[in-house]
Amino acid sequence: MKELLSGNAAIARGAFEAGVTVAAGYPGTPSTEILENFAKYPDIYAQWSPNEKVALEVGAGAAIAGARVLVTMKHVGVNVAADPLFTLSYTGVNGGLILVSADDPGMHSSQNEQDNRYYALMNKIPCLEPADSQEAKDMVAVGLEISEQFDTPVMLRVTTRVSHSQSFVEINEPGPKTIRPYTKDPLKYVMVPANGRMRRVFLEERTAKLKEYSENCPLNFIEWADRSLGIITGGISYHYIKEVLPQASVLKLGLTNPLPANLIKQFAAGVEQVLVIEELEPFLEMQIRALGIEVKGKELIPSFGELSPVIIARALAGAGIKVADEFLPRESNSRVPVQETTPLPGRPPVMCPGCPHRGVFYTLKKQKLIVTGDIGCYTLGSASPLNAMDTCICMGASIGAALGMEKANPEMARRTVAVIGDSTFLHSGITGLLDVVYNGGTSSVLILDNRTTAMTGHQDNPATGQTLMGKPAPEVDLEALVKALGVHRVRTVDPMDLAAMDAAVKEEVAAPEPSVIIVKRPCALLKKSAAAEPVEVDREACINCGICLNLGCPAISRRENKAYVTAIQCNGCGLCIQVCKKGALKKRGEQHA
Amino acid sequence: MLKPVNILLVGVGGQGTILATRVLAKAAQDAGYDIKVSEIKGMAQRGGSVVTQVRLGQKVYSPLISEGGADVILAFEKMEARRWLPYLKTDGHIIVNDQAIHPVPVLTGAAEYPADCLEKVKAATPHAIVVDALNIALACGNPKAANVVLVGVLARRLPIPKETWQAALKARVPEKFIEVNLKAFEEGYSI
Repeated sequence: MKELLSGNAAIARGAFEAGVTVAAGYPGTPSTEILENFAKYPDIYAQWSPNEKVALEVGAGAAIAGARVLVTMKHVGVNVAADPLFTLSYTGVNGGLILVSADDPGMHSSQNEQDNRYYALMNKIPCLEPADSQEAKDMVAVGLEISEQFDTPVMLRVTTRVSHSQSFVEINEPGPKTIRPYTKDPLKYVMVPANGRMRRVFLEERTAKLKEYSENCPLNFIEWADRSLGIITGGISYHYIKEVLPQASVLKLGLTNPLPANLIKQFAAGVEQVLVIEELEPFLEMQIRALGIEVKGKELIPSFGELSPVIIARALAGAGIKVADEFLPRESNSRVPVQETTPLPGRPPVMCPGCPHRGVFYTLKKQKLIVTGDIGCYTLGSASPLNAMDTCICMGASIGAALGMEKANPEMARRTVAVIGDSTFLHSGITGLLDVVYNGGTSSVLILDNRTTAMTGHQDNPATGQTLMGKPAPEVDLEALVKALGVHRVRTVDPMDLAAMDAAVKEEVAAPEPSVIIVKRPCALLKKSAAAEPVEVDREACINCGICLNLGCPAISRRENKAYVTAIQCNGCGLCIQVCKKGALKKRGEQHA
Repeated sequence: MLKPVNILLVGVGGQGTILATRVLAKAAQDAGYDIKVSEIKGMAQRGGSVVTQVRLGQKVYSPLISEGGADVILAFEKMEARRWLPYLKTDGHIIVNDQAIHPVPVLTGAAEYPADCLEKVKAATPHAIVVDALNIALACGNPKAANVVLVGVLARRLPIPKETWQAALKARVPEKFIEVNLKAFEEGYSI
């Protein structure tokens, strides 16, 4: 039976069919849907971990115990998990372990663009790169076999276009779920220096065997056609090539670490000219050049951003290579205007109507504070009209950055706050706050607790009282946790109460000791957050001052020189009522002043 | 081999672009086509641009449609229709919902919503169909079914039987909304 599945859903299916029984991860675009889909299958265990490092550690334990394991994260998540990963490569596994790294070329929803194939190279672990959903599913099974056969974790590297595009996948019945017997083996699993040195030798032996395997691996194959041009490619680029250069010979690499040196030499010898076409870094190109093969690659194809058939076609056509006609520049007599003469207004992402973060950033902007930010919906507080954020580096970095500012310039302490979400605080904010306490910082930290991991689509975390599989869970007490870290000044505020917000921030920023304000109000999009009656405008009272527009609420606009609230958008949070100095905004049904 | 048919669906978050895409994909699958679908969602849960791409044919490789490569653009909002015009083939068809949704820069007065979106669209191609999907959906009993009105307009122009579309709708729309959506589809199909 064939089903149309996204790459992520296909990976989940592949894991289920291949007998994976334990899965862990941290949500992050474009990886999130893998675990969400996997958790729905019967007789398996799946969990969100507080961060990627813990997820991989859980996976390591499960694999050593003998289960087949899936661990998922986005590319930057692998940075967090890098510590256990480098040593897991030494210990190896027992049951197979697949680490999915979902990379985001083009940074559709990421803070950087990194090519995680280098992690596979540096860790000396196999790297598999699917080009579509069917391959994504198949490579999970092959990857688990490689993992068990060669005693290694395996990286399945996908990209946004593979994760989020849908193509047909052949659905099969799941195979048996086998748990390999566990045998105590401290020489293999206890990485004290003496044991580590032995495993270091094993790594070299394993790499040699993997190189041999790569030569005959069916995931690396040649499609001979016109011998005047040969393309070496992998991942989504393969499909672009099939359209742009339908006549070319292609060496498609599915196992991209370690590379099949002989197969590459054989291919290069069989064609007149070799081109390497890959997204992001010249990962294949550099290694192929090191084999002594003359190739062209990044001198033609961009090394940043997401590729597309058009980008490849234009680059190749510019170098005099014949590409399929449809990708050539359009005729000038085209009726369709190729370029707008006036730029259209953009549609930047915005905080939703009723978003609890809006009141926070309105307050911070009003007080003209320096704001060190973090990764989540609240990063949108950096956007116009609020413009209330100074830095955003990576998950958990807000608190450390605030401490750093204070250490660089003590005066900044009294005008700086760190903002961090509940899920992000639990991911990697706790240690930052501990640093503030330990090293005598006086930073003020706002934990924006909206009771969920909102940016990636409402995943549960240790503060939501529920697990990925829908079981009730103990809800972490943020106030008690923060106190346990040594913060004495802790208070909880409702961000919809602007006066209370304003007072709390003023007091805590002024305090010459560490402080935490837990800004608590559920995400406006959570089903349990009931919307109130929409706000109405008293056109008599409105003086068109525009203060309500500064909130950046999508429900508020200006019409005929007065404020206007779109009832269907408004969720009745009432923030605008609080900022209006003329009492022109009222809940529906209430008397106007 | 027949070339794939390239369809771009453009709209604003919350308009049902993704659901419309899923209905189209299901109908194309049941009609026996190879398909690739690409969802390009913005960062915003709400209010951002949403673009999905559907390619159907005997054999489809890339999931991406190129500039100037769309046979059909189905636009749920008129400024988005204008924004994506460069993706339309010279002889391509465009179906536009006559609805304006103001983005935040317009709401705050930092930018102006262009007044001549439909004119631009009509000037670009002789094959433009403007549909008042919101009011048609309202008449059917639910303004949220505007997306399915537009799917109906698209349906009659693709080589997929009507019954296949109706079955796809039933398979992809939540049970309690099926009746109003079938009605909305029928209204669109008659345009």
